[in-house]
Amino acid sequence: MTMLDTPLTGVVEGPAGPDAHPDHHHESATPIGFWIYLMSDCIIFATLFATYAVLGYNYAGGPAPHDLFEPGFVAIETALLLFSSITFGVAMLKAEGGNLNATTLWLVITGIFGLGFIGMEIYEFRHLIHIGAGPERSGFLSAFFLLVGTHGLHVTGGLIWLVTLIVQLRLRGLIPANMQRLSTLSMFWHFLDLVWIGVFSFVYLVRLI
Amino acid sequence: MATEPALTAPETISPIFGRLTLDWIPYHEPILVGTFAGIVLGGIAVVALMTYFRLWVPLWRDWLTSVDHKKIGIMYMILGFVMFIRGFADALMMRAQQALAAGGSEGYLPPHHFDQVFTAHGVIMIFFVAMAFVTGIMNYVMPQQIGARDVAFPFLNNFSFWMTVAGALLVNVSLFIGEFARVGWLAFPPLSGSAFSHGPGVDYYLWSLQIAGVGTTLSGVNLIATIFKMRAKGMKLFDMPVFTWTTLCTNVLIVAAFPVLTATLTMLTLDRYLGFHFFTNDMGGNSMMYINLIWIWGHPEVYILILPIFGVFSEIVSTFSGKPLFGYKTMVWATACIMVLSFVVWLHHFFTMGSGANVNAFFGITTMIIAVPTGVKIFNWLFTMYKGRVRFEVPMLWTTGFIVTFTIGGMTGVLLAVPPVDFQLHNTLFLIAHFHNVIIGGVVFGVYAAVTFWWPKAFGFKLDDKWGRRSFWFWFVGFYFAFMPLYALGLMGVTRRLNAYMDQAWQIYFVVAAFGAVLIACGIACGFINFAYSIINRKKLACGPDPWDARTLEWATQSPPAPYNFPENIVVHGRDEWWRMKQNGFKWSTNYQPIHMPNSTSTGIVLAAGALVFGFAMVWYIWWLAAISLLGCIGYAIAHTFNYDRDHWIPASVVAATERKGEPA
Amino acid sequence: MSAHSHSSHGTMGKLMTGFGLSALLTVVPFAIVMGEFDLSREWAIGLIMGLGAVQIIVHLVYFLHLNSSNEGGWTLAATILAAVILLIVLAGSLWVMHNMNANMMPMSPGNMSEMSGGEAMPVQTHDASHGTDH
Repeated sequence: MTMLDTPLTGVVEGPAGPDAHPDHHHESATPIGFWIYLMSDCIIFATLFATYAVLGYNYAGGPAPHDLFEPGFVAIETALLLFSSITFGVAMLKAEGGNLNATTLWLVITGIFGLGFIGMEIYEFRHLIHIGAGPERSGFLSAFFLLVGTHGLHVTGGLIWLVTLIVQLRLRGLIPANMQRLSTLSMFWHFLDLVWIGVFSFVYLVRLI
Repeated sequence: MATEPALTAPETISPIFGRLTLDWIPYHEPILVGTFAGIVLGGIAVVALMTYFRLWVPLWRDWLTSVDHKKIGIMYMILGFVMFIRGFADALMMRAQQALAAGGSEGYLPPHHFDQVFTAHGVIMIFFVAMAFVTGIMNYVMPQQIGARDVAFPFLNNFSFWMTVAGALLVNVSLFIGEFARVGWLAFPPLSGSAFSHGPGVDYYLWSLQIAGVGTTLSGVNLIATIFKMRAKGMKLFDMPVFTWTTLCTNVLIVAAFPVLTATLTMLTLDRYLGFHFFTNDMGGNSMMYINLIWIWGHPEVYILILPIFGVFSEIVSTFSGKPLFGYKTMVWATACIMVLSFVVWLHHFFTMGSGANVNAFFGITTMIIAVPTGVKIFNWLFTMYKGRVRFEVPMLWTTGFIVTFTIGGMTGVLLAVPPVDFQLHNTLFLIAHFHNVIIGGVVFGVYAAVTFWWPKAFGFKLDDKWGRRSFWFWFVGFYFAFMPLYALGLMGVTRRLNAYMDQAWQIYFVVAAFGAVLIACGIACGFINFAYSIINRKKLACGPDPWDARTLEWATQSPPAPYNFPENIVVHGRDEWWRMKQNGFKWSTNYQPIHMPNSTSTGIVLAAGALVFGFAMVWYIWWLAAISLLGCIGYAIAHTFNYDRDHWIPASVVAATERKGEPA
Repeated sequence: MSAHSHSSHGTMGKLMTGFGLSALLTVVPFAIVMGEFDLSREWAIGLIMGLGAVQIIVHLVYFLHLNSSNEGGWTLAATILAAVILLIVLAGSLWVMHNMNANMMPMSPGNMSEMSGGEAMPVQTHDASHGTDH
């Protein structure tokens, strides 16, 4: 739904209106509105984490975390996502400096990191299903696949949004409406990295102790 | 609600129609065919009349694609009333069945049909009636109360509304294509899992709630952002009308609780579609986790329904008592307390599931504690009336009916909060009587009060007093006839959802309850007659912008309000701002400026139509259609973001002309 | 642009500080798992969860620019409320389900009783299938 959260009032300083217009006393509601949306998304993840916590030991005679999780693999995924967060931060700084080409470049780099992350996750899922450790194997694996998969779907959504925004930036430049979108996507992207901290700690590492 | 085709035959899935076959069309069920024929004939009549009066273009342009929060609010109310008819028809069918099916008689509804009826009744009444009503009232009233021109994200508001409609439509499609769920309104597994519910019923349930849930969550985000960012200059938090406060707390609950529902239903969906094991009986699933999670959403949900209604009554009591609300700050804090506490009581819905004494005691005590802030509110309303000049207009009548009825329902609730008592009463009709007591006595009475109260604001004329009083008395008396017998039956140990029973001593209670339901039907009829009568006599009932001598800002606008609500920006100085403005002889300056407004858009309705098709395709395993509609929706939404031209300015001359026209003669 | 409240997305310095801290807070928990350290099970779990919590705060502050003044404090308030509800959902579910399993399935060795941290957990659970399976 994230593509729909485009602001409609008090954001687009329309050229049609007179300058310094008295009707414009509200600042944009988008940052707080999107933040509230992220918090509600966070509750979705809370529910999935709770399910993983409760069902995560129900192996039904099937494989356990030790048999499945590779900490080195997860470390690379984590690094990709962290790097992508940093490169998005750089893109944001370039955008604030008004440098469209540099912004685009850093966004593309962000996208490549994100794509690498998604590629690794798809590889992991395929591998697990291939060795008979798919989500239908046990309650533990159901909870694992849904939690990690939901995060992956969010990253995929973020990538689609990223591509869309790069096109829009090339079409219209760093206009206020696009800056708003860029900073909204930046919130989304950092939020996904934040959720991943919970995933690698709680889903992978703790279960390998 | 078709008879289920023979399930012993292996289900064949056609690449084109999925599992949808002609057997799923209930052409052999006379009741359904009659209903269907009635709807088709009625639909043809409406289409013909609309074409004759050339109403299609105005309907599309001024309503369906409108992003005006007032029109969306009114459309939510229409949705609520239409679904109310459906949900109440289900209620009448159940009452009739239970009045008949005693001592060996099987009544007229076979079990598989009866089970669909009680499931549909619950789902529709909560998600598409009560939710639609409270969302509609919040949408219509709150932005005007804070002196705003619209909500923070007007397009999102339109989209949220249409997603709710899509969910409601999907439930109604199940009436004529296939069947609805037969698992109760919360669809507990393992019964609702694929091992025990094969047909499309539970899938209709899941997809309609998921689609509507998207709308509800986004609407919650929207209204919170509106309150944070769109308040008139000078309006501090503790200057906000109590209704706005309750709207804020309600939407915080929506945003915090609905994601839990979304996630939980997703897990059930995965269990059913892809063989996951969240809530199955085998392979490490745990169906009790579903019950735990669904009530983490479910308990806040009941406060989502009642909190805005508390706000409605607060506005009405202070208006018709001619006094500021007694204990404004305690009212606000009580609301905030309820908001937080509602997240720590969920286990009282399943005391009997097997948790130990510590857990049950904890949740029993928190449940009793949450009754305290609610009691505070009751006293605040009573003290507001005390020594006031109370005018017993129809909204005030509903309010007094509410105070009496809701208090009784609250007390039976505290009774149920005691775990040992709950062990006796769990799943009995006592519980049914309790929650209808608070939902009818609270939410339904509140909606009627709100509709009567704000109708003149929305349309410029009052509802008729005589029909309003008739409606109230039928409802009020009918409620007691319909539900007091259920308390008694519950104490006798009669469980809920009984299709038939042997003990004929119970029958008289069910007959009295059915009589009560007929009285309520008269109350509903009086309500609809009131709408028709008042619309016909609107000249006679016409009134000014502030017919009740009210206190809050929505009464400063014209009735009906102009699209921009307020012709000038308002500066607020304190609580009950409109009352203060009236004392100071307020007049608009008439030095109008151009006003910035959002454009209408058809994107919301198109996306929701896509979601409806997607839901239908998923229910019937028509994968190609599901893929096309999903990709279509995503593509359309992305395309929408390429439209940067989303607003317009209303010239000052137009504002001036509109304001002149709206002046009372 | 100037009208927007996100007037600052910080500086390169802030971004790099956040990066450094995050990298450190990521490397340590992975090292605990992958390296050979003489840590008790409880300590290891506690450290990993604690460092994760700290890193979440680092991200909130350095990347999401959360502070008490932004949006009149509403972003912070919303975040705190979300954290509280997250805790209620997580801890509440664990408590409720654990308590119920303990009461309803006394015979099951493979389920929640191990949440209290028997050191033999992975070995034991491997062959002891969960009680609801049967």
